[in-house]
Amino acid sequence: MAADSTLRLAAIGTFAGIFSGLFGVGGGTVIVPLLILWFGFGERLATGTSLAAIVLIGLLGALAQGGLYGNVHLATGIWLSLPAIGGILLGTALQQRISERTVSLLFALLLIAIAIELIVP
Amino acid sequence: MDVLMAILFAVVGGLFGGLIGVGGGLLFVPALTIFLGLSQVEAEATSLLTIVIVALVGAYRQAGYGNVDLRAALVIGALSPLGVLIGVVVANNVSERLLQLSFAALALFFAYRLLPRALVLPS
Repeated sequence: MAADSTLRLAAIGTFAGIFSGLFGVGGGTVIVPLLILWFGFGERLATGTSLAAIVLIGLLGALAQGGLYGNVHLATGIWLSLPAIGGILLGTALQQRISERTVSLLFALLLIAIAIELIVP
Repeated sequence: MDVLMAILFAVVGGLFGGLIGVGGGLLFVPALTIFLGLSQVEAEATSLLTIVIVALVGAYRQAGYGNVDLRAALVIGALSPLGVLIGVVVANNVSERLLQLSFAALALFFAYRLLPRALVLPS
């Protein structure tokens, strides 16, 4: 990969971090559209890569929050992850069976729902 | 009942993660505050732990399907803390309403660019 693409990936990382810091989200809502629209990634590659990046982003955040501020409820977080793992196994399996266009459609609908929730006071 | 609702939110959050590649924090945080009694700050921090575990499983499965560009993920992840610092500083100096409207505008712009991919017939 060329230096130019590394720079653009770094920009996505910084941008995703800014939104994570601003709104307390993982950054996937920013990473996925940017990988698709700016890098020409297919929807499946964009969402899989986003999840891998989120592992790192979330790990750094959780270590800072848990280590510095003691705000992480360890047992509760692990407990909640069990049903969520069931969900993501189902979701990734389902995603391989639907078209990439449908993934974009679902993502666009989620973005519109987020926008409405933010705009309506 | 509260526990069942928390489980439901977690399953749906994970489902979204698999389908569209977001971490699921949008649903984990309310599950932790509304149904499991954590404060907003504790919920956001604990949600990160859940996100790490869930995203790890999801990324592993997606890698098995050939859907992970590991190098891209590492560069994005490694640079994110710089962004988080900028974001936290900005969040403490700009009105919350302005932030909400800015993010809403960005979300609508992304939706506007993604929708043609989803709706226009391939040539």
